Amino acid sequence: MNADVRPTGLRLTSLLAALLVLAGALVVGVLIGPVPLRLSGVLSEGADRLPFVHLSSGLSDQQSAILWQLRIPRVVLAGLVGAMLALAGAAYQGVFRNPLADPYLLGVAAGAGLGATIAIAYGPAAAGWPIDPLPLAAFVGALVGVSVTYALGRANWSGRTTTTLILAGVATASFLTAIQTYVQQREDDTVRQVYSWILGQLTTASWREVSLILPYLIVSVVAIVLHRRLLDMLSVGDEEAGSLGVNTQRVRLIIVVAASLGTAAAVAVSGLIGFVGVIVPHTVRLLFGSSYRLVVPLSIIFGAAFLVLADLVGRTLIAPAEIPIGVITAFLGAPFFLVVLRRSGRLT
Amino acid sequence: MGRISALLVCLALALGACGGQPSEPAAPSATQDAAFPVTIEAANGDVGIPARPERIVSISATATEMLFAIGAGDQVVAVDDQSDYPPGVPTTDLSGYEPNVEAIAKYEPDLVVATSQSGLKSLAEISIPLLVHPAVTSLDDAYTQFEQLGVATGHVANAAEEVAKIKSQIQDVVATVPEFEEPPTYYHELDNTYFTATSDTFIGQIYELAGPRNIADKADKAGSGYPQLSAEYIVQADPDLIFLADSECCNQTPERVAQRPGWDQISAVKNDAIFDVGDDISSRWGPRVVDFLKIVVDAVGDLELAHQ
Repeated sequence: MNADVRPTGLRLTSLLAALLVLAGALVVGVLIGPVPLRLSGVLSEGADRLPFVHLSSGLSDQQSAILWQLRIPRVVLAGLVGAMLALAGAAYQGVFRNPLADPYLLGVAAGAGLGATIAIAYGPAAAGWPIDPLPLAAFVGALVGVSVTYALGRANWSGRTTTTLILAGVATASFLTAIQTYVQQREDDTVRQVYSWILGQLTTASWREVSLILPYLIVSVVAIVLHRRLLDMLSVGDEEAGSLGVNTQRVRLIIVVAASLGTAAAVAVSGLIGFVGVIVPHTVRLLFGSSYRLVVPLSIIFGAAFLVLADLVGRTLIAPAEIPIGVITAFLGAPFFLVVLRRSGRLT
Repeated sequence: MGRISALLVCLALALGACGGQPSEPAAPSATQDAAFPVTIEAANGDVGIPARPERIVSISATATEMLFAIGAGDQVVAVDDQSDYPPGVPTTDLSGYEPNVEAIAKYEPDLVVATSQSGLKSLAEISIPLLVHPAVTSLDDAYTQFEQLGVATGHVANAAEEVAKIKSQIQDVVATVPEFEEPPTYYHELDNTYFTATSDTFIGQIYELAGPRNIADKADKAGSGYPQLSAEYIVQADPDLIFLADSECCNQTPERVAQRPGWDQISAVKNDAIFDVGDDISSRWGPRVVDFLKIVVDAVGDLELAHQ
């Protein structure tokens, strides 16, 4: 995985192209939904929100509520979650120098799953909660999962290998999943809800979810973007990176913490949406080269576009019914990824 | 070879067990109540019950309610963790979703009632009769289950009475349904991610008795009967009535529903026409189906009054 050397101009072109794709995905995502809204109505609603512009869109109050309180926040949330999962996947793959690494590697998914299951099974007993305890429990669970993994794996976390940490993640995930399954079986009337959470969902997306996760995502994205060059250095090996004056342990820690924090926040509001963290970064590498200077920003952009489009399929294909987003990401993502893999003629 | 001989054994058993026994309850009579052994044509095939069961284990909440309603409660020794009605049922930590044959056998049952055969096939090996009464799709199927439980427990007359009582109560309640010019629309919420039930389900059929139209019928292209709706669609469909069957599972209340973004546009929210039907009564097809129907009919009636 040598960092491709590309001229700055080409890099800018790639970024611009990616942003165009994302913009297209966002526009299509907002325009199309289970409830048909007139194109002109949506456009003038949008223009009406600009300063100094006053337009009557011709949309009814109901349509306006559908657009601003249901559809747009959902598209935005899908974009944020997709961007975060793809970025976290890219970061983990770099830090662990393991192409199979995904954001759920270090116990985030298992921890969040346990938290969510506990909230679903025992939450209702605490009637009168001012807020929905589920996202909070999932978020805390995810952070506990990563922390346990880190505490267990750190003892032996030599600069040379990260295998110990990955194995600690596997052990932690199995342990937490065992507890989760136990709770789920004890409170077996919750099975369907837990299952539906595990498949991932954006059905109930609103601005509240967007504002809940935004701070964590910003911190996470900024931290990883600032370290993208160091990810390139890590990819040539710890000794070489060390000889270049990089504190590899510290860089790893910062990136892992940032990626895990962002993933925990994303998972808390959307459940376990699989596959995004693996296929988006790899597709970016196959199409644009493996330099993290490009992989990091492009994963953010394409991750957002991919999940916006996947969610669009999920909410329109059998509209007005929904298909779980996790089903779509794997069903669309896997063949798409295989096509890219074959066409590029190489296995990264 | 093994399969063929197993088939022959089954055939022989079925013939033997079936010999001359009524599989459908006829007109109730005292002599028939005492007529054991009986064979019942249930979802898991012909079930032979050699003598009046005295140690019944029910791992179906609906079956539990039915058994107690037909006067077989004294014969029930254990029910699953979901069975909570009528008050005082012998609730245990047995699970109906993940049944454990050993745990069931511990109660030395002479009849087990469940909603599915899955995980329970080995009951046959220890000669415990299993009666499978799956979720029904019509009231008639529910009545059949009442009657079969009557035969299985020796309460044929009581079961027939209970069915007749439910039928007449339903008739009385339905008689109070107002005439509509345009039937109101409703949304039945199963959980807070907008899973719902269509008219094709048992739940939907109860609503049909009261007349409102289901907004989810268009959404069920997969034909499961239980689609997950888009929030946008619910707002656009603008139901006149919202019924919550997720107050226990998911802590939902009319107030919380009213606060959902965009939902203030829905007629049911504007007119305070959101009703808690209870997770249990609306998901069980037992004796309390009348209570469920009453809530629906009252809601529809209030709506019509408000219109006048």
